[in-house]
Order: sequence, then structure tokens, then C-alpha cells
Amino acid sequence: MTETNGNALIKLEDLKVYYDLGGGGLLDRITGGSGERRIVKAVDGVSFDILKGETLGLVGESGCGKSTLGKALLRLTEITGGRAMYKGSDIAHLSGRELREKRKDLQMIFQDPYASLNPRMTVGNIIGEPIRTFKLADSKSAVEERVKEVMETVGLSRRFIKRYPHEFSGGQRQRIGIARALAVDPEFIVADEPISALDVSIQAQIMNLMKELQQEKHLTYLFISHDLRAVRHVSDRVAVMYLGEIVELAEGKSIYEEPLHPYSKALISAVPVPDPEIEEKRERIILEGDVPSPINPPSGCHFHTRCPYAIEECKKIEPQLVEIKPRHFAACIRISPEHPRIEDVARE
Amino acid sequence: MSEHNGNLLSVNDLRTYFQTEDGIVKAVDGISFELKRGETLGIVGESGSGKSVANLSVMRLIQEPPGKIVSGDIVFDGIDVRKLPIDDVRKIRGKRMAMIFQDPMTSLNPFLKISTQLMEVTQLHLGHTKQQAYEHAVEMLRKVEIPAPEKRVDGYPHEFSGGMRQRVMIAMALSCEPELLIADEPTTALDVTIQAQILELIKGLKDEFGTSVILITHDLGVVAGMTDKIIVMYAGKIFESAPTRELFAQPANPYTKGLLKSVPDPAHEHGAPLYQIPGLPPDVAHLPPGCPFAERCDRAKDICTKEFPPFVQINEKHHSLCHFAKEVYAASGGE
Repeated sequence: MTETNGNALIKLEDLKVYYDLGGGGLLDRITGGSGERRIVKAVDGVSFDILKGETLGLVGESGCGKSTLGKALLRLTEITGGRAMYKGSDIAHLSGRELREKRKDLQMIFQDPYASLNPRMTVGNIIGEPIRTFKLADSKSAVEERVKEVMETVGLSRRFIKRYPHEFSGGQRQRIGIARALAVDPEFIVADEPISALDVSIQAQIMNLMKELQQEKHLTYLFISHDLRAVRHVSDRVAVMYLGEIVELAEGKSIYEEPLHPYSKALISAVPVPDPEIEEKRERIILEGDVPSPINPPSGCHFHTRCPYAIEECKKIEPQLVEIKPRHFAACIRISPEHPRIEDVARE
Repeated sequence: MSEHNGNLLSVNDLRTYFQTEDGIVKAVDGISFELKRGETLGIVGESGSGKSVANLSVMRLIQEPPGKIVSGDIVFDGIDVRKLPIDDVRKIRGKRMAMIFQDPMTSLNPFLKISTQLMEVTQLHLGHTKQQAYEHAVEMLRKVEIPAPEKRVDGYPHEFSGGMRQRVMIAMALSCEPELLIADEPTTALDVTIQAQILELIKGLKDEFGTSVILITHDLGVVAGMTDKIIVMYAGKIFESAPTRELFAQPANPYTKGLLKSVPDPAHEHGAPLYQIPGLPPDVAHLPPGCPFAERCDRAKDICTKEFPPFVQINEKHHSLCHFAKEVYAASGGE
């Protein structure tokens, strides 16, 4: 358990999302397959709290399971095991009707504002749909009034209400996506790569908008991104994910200034800095190879195949997320509260 | 060796326009730059700035119609590429100048083995026999650090990961030891740890072969560590050009300054709002009369919306397209 705090809005306990790809049967063996059942462990035993009013950043590379985790929190994908508690009920076991009611509180913003908006619907209908679904306004004109209000909140002119998504730029479309999520006054928003598809000058606008809305409406965010600079900027705490597991969790500042887990260290050192003088001096930790397939991932610590500090035991022991320093958690058997710096451990 | 002041490539007043339903789009509108042997130039810009079209023009890869290079000179090692018959361009392209793209999956043929695709280049340009070309292909894969190249060479593109495919593209581009390599967003589709591998590889190969590189990207972090000089493009124009260190230390254009400030800096405390450039990039088909950046610029004056700004020379190697370039330059010196 990473945090026992009364302020937790969402509590994940050993959450698992597996996808069974089949295989391992007679046909597989005849056709020269491995003979093993192939299971993608997209999320493999994740436990953490998301505190009310905070932004928890979730970073990791493609295929690490971060989007699946985000979707699981809204049950947009089925949960295989563990619990996802929201206000005393387990999202994993809600019935259809209960789940629909909860979705009013739990909303999502997607990466690609081109693909996540129906091109045949006007902006008014896109934003108005959740308002009608949850019966938040009783007349047609009341719905329209509410849509216009939300549009203004996200910085879109109310004159655009009859326009279609293709008439907007990428940044404006992302504002429509945010407006749709906000229309039902949610408490918690999963933002899955909300800025990756946008131009640099527009990314700052969207990050600032999300921050303003959070303060105004007391929102709680799970901000999923591969962009470490953006995550550091918007998040109070940051969780680093690798092949279905959380390997480090701490306040944004601690994770950037003193990352403990070897994977976090490599990830942070890989980000190019827009400063030629820093770039010239700094030593990069270049990881070898690619992220292994999440289908039957490596045994023990999933990172051992690429870790410069791995020892024999790393192949066998599955490391647990442990509080190495106050409020700073990492999952690595090579570090401990007595020896948080892996460089020191490796030297011994 | 070239006799053109040591320049391998010089582009002068290049204009590439596209005929669209919306009118004429001046995707690239009067840009000039030079590249010496062994030098790396970064071209930075947002989508629609013209950075990719500029380089497709240099390679004569503009689809005509709707596009057309309407004026300008593109001189590569003394050869005027713009006036060259397309058959002669094909003899240079892939051999003396090569290009790698953002998405290696769409630039490799999914039906052909990697070996076939790599061999084609050297058989065509270097007159290799099948045997020579095959050995060369394996050698190139080894150079770009693909594990077990003698086995992987007979694989198909889908059997490679994104990072490995980009390595294959680099191997193909460098097969004939080109003098110029144009890399258009080579790492944008890749994860950060893989991006670090690819950038390191490009750096190493550049030193080994002495290749001149044009690196096109939207990521200011990528150009900071990789380039000698930088061009910042906006709405088809060069807004600023300067040696890399100077551009970051003392920008002379409000757009460059805005871009630099709007990148979150992990060293800073979070919580404070990020600097944001207001508004949207302009519609290149309908540009306003004055400076295309005026309506988003925080220091725009009357003149900016009326008159097109001059390309002001700050010092020998530093230019900025702005009515107030010198003031902006002086102000960022004190920051």
C-alpha cells in the first residue's frame, strides 16, 4: 500500500487487467506455436491512491499499460482482478446501471481530438449529449444554454455551437473534448495523452486550461502521458509505469531531482533539454534494446532485461513498491531505505 | 570538393506554392539558408510552418500539381538541383542526398524483405552485384546496431519494432554514404528511451561519415543537443536563424522566445501557469497583410499588422524577421 490517507478519492488495490490471446491449445502446437497460453498482462497488480483535488501523473512508454489503467478506472475495459474503489464502491463490480450513474462523476479526455469526436455531430450535440443522457437540463433550450456555458468555460466562442469538428483546429478540438467531459460536472477526469497530438504553442494553452479548470471546479486528474516535461509541469505526484507495473511513485519534484528506480533514471535522462549547454555536458543513460512484449513479460522484475544494475535475483524476485524515503516509493530489490542510491549499491 | 564558400547546399529565395480549392497556399515563401560539409542544421516549426515542404523541395519531391517550386535556387555542390532534369535528380537522390521520415512503417515496403529494399539502393546507385549488395546490406545493419544483422536482413518490416525500423531506414539512407542527410521528425513516433538511442546513432554516424545533416523537428530539446545552427519557421517564412547556442541564449524574435518559454522546464516549481502563445497558427491560404505572427505577439504595435517585417541582421550569423528585432534581441540579453 502506498498511501493511507483519508483524502483518497480513488483507491486501487492490486488492480489487474489481463487480455487472453488464446494459444496453447492443440492447434497452436500443431502449427508450431510456443505451446504456451498467451496472456497480455497490461496492468499487473497496481496499487495506489489518487487524492482528492490532486493531479496524479502517470508516465511510461508505449505498451506499458498506462492507457489500459486509465480505461480500467472508468471500466471502459474489464478488470481482471483487484479493486478500484471510488467513494466506497468497487468500480470493478458495479452493475450496468450503477456504472452508468458513476460515469457522470468519472470522465475521460482522449489523445486524438480528431478521432474522438463524431464528425457528423455538431459541437452543440457533442457537448449536449452527456447533458441529455444524465438529464442535467430539462428543456431543449436549457441544454443549449448549458452547452454554451461550458463552451465559454473552455475558451470556445458560443457562436460555434452549430459547427462541425472539422471546422476546428487541433487545439480547439481538444477544447471540445474537454468541454464534453466537463458538461456533466465530473469529479474525476482521466486525461489520456491530452496534449501529445498538439503543436508546442497549443500544448501550453491546454495545460493551463486544465489547471485553471481544476482550481475552479476542484477536479481530480489522472494525467497520462509519455511527455515527462508535461507530466512534471501539471502533476502533484508522478507514477512511473513499466510493463504493467508501477516502478516508482513520488512527488513530481523528488522524482525528477532524485529518481530512485533505474528505469525512472533512464527515462528522465533520455528527455532532451532545450538548452544546448546542458545537452553538451550531460551524461545520458542509454538503455539497450526495446521494451519487451507484454505478452508473457520477463520473470521477476520486468525491467531486469534492460537494467544496467540487474543481478541474478532480479530474474526471480518480483519487487514490491516500498517506501524508500518519506513519501517516495520504488519497486527495486537493489535499493532499500538504508541504501536508496542504486549507484552505491552497485559499487559494493 | 565544392568551391561555393565551402557550402554543400545553398538555398536562395525558395518559394513553393500549392494550388488548393481555398486559393494559393504559399507553403514556403522566400527562404534562404546554407549548409557546410559536416554541419548540422535544425529546422524548427509547428505544423503548417513549411519546414517539411522546404526539404521536399530540396529533394525535388514536390508533387506537381498541386505543388510547384515557383522560384529560387537550390544549389547542391555546384549543381542547380531546381533546373536539373528529373532523371538526373534521381541519380543524386538516394546516392548523394538521402532522407529519412517520421514514420518508418509507411516508408518501408511491407511486402519486401529488408534485404531486398537495402540491396535495391546500392545496386542502382553503386552498381553492386547481388552478392556485393547483400553483403553491404548486412554491413549497414551492423553499423546501425541491429542485433544479429545476418539473420535480421532477411526479415520483413513488420518483424521489426518502431525503433528498429527507423534504424533500417537510417541504414538505407546511409548506404551510399550520402553527403547530405535530411531527417524529417526522425524520432517523433518513438518512445523517449528509443529516441535517445536513435539520436545517439545519428550523431555517431554523422561523425563517422562526415555527413551534413538537416534535422527537422518541432522539439526544441532535440535540436539543442544535435545541431550547429537553427532556423525557426512560421507561416512559410524564416522567422529567425542563428547558431544554436545563440538562438537559445539570446533569441531576437518574439515567436522564438514564446516557443522557448512555453516548454515546461522540469527544474522549475510546478503550479505556476506556463507561458502560452495566445491564439492559433495562421491559415496559410489567407495570411494577413502585416506580420503573420502579429495577432499572437505580445509586443505587436500598429506597424506589425500593416507592414510586412524586415529580415533584420543582428550580427554576422543571426537574423530575425521582426520590426523590433534589435529591441527583442537586446531585451533577451538581459534575461
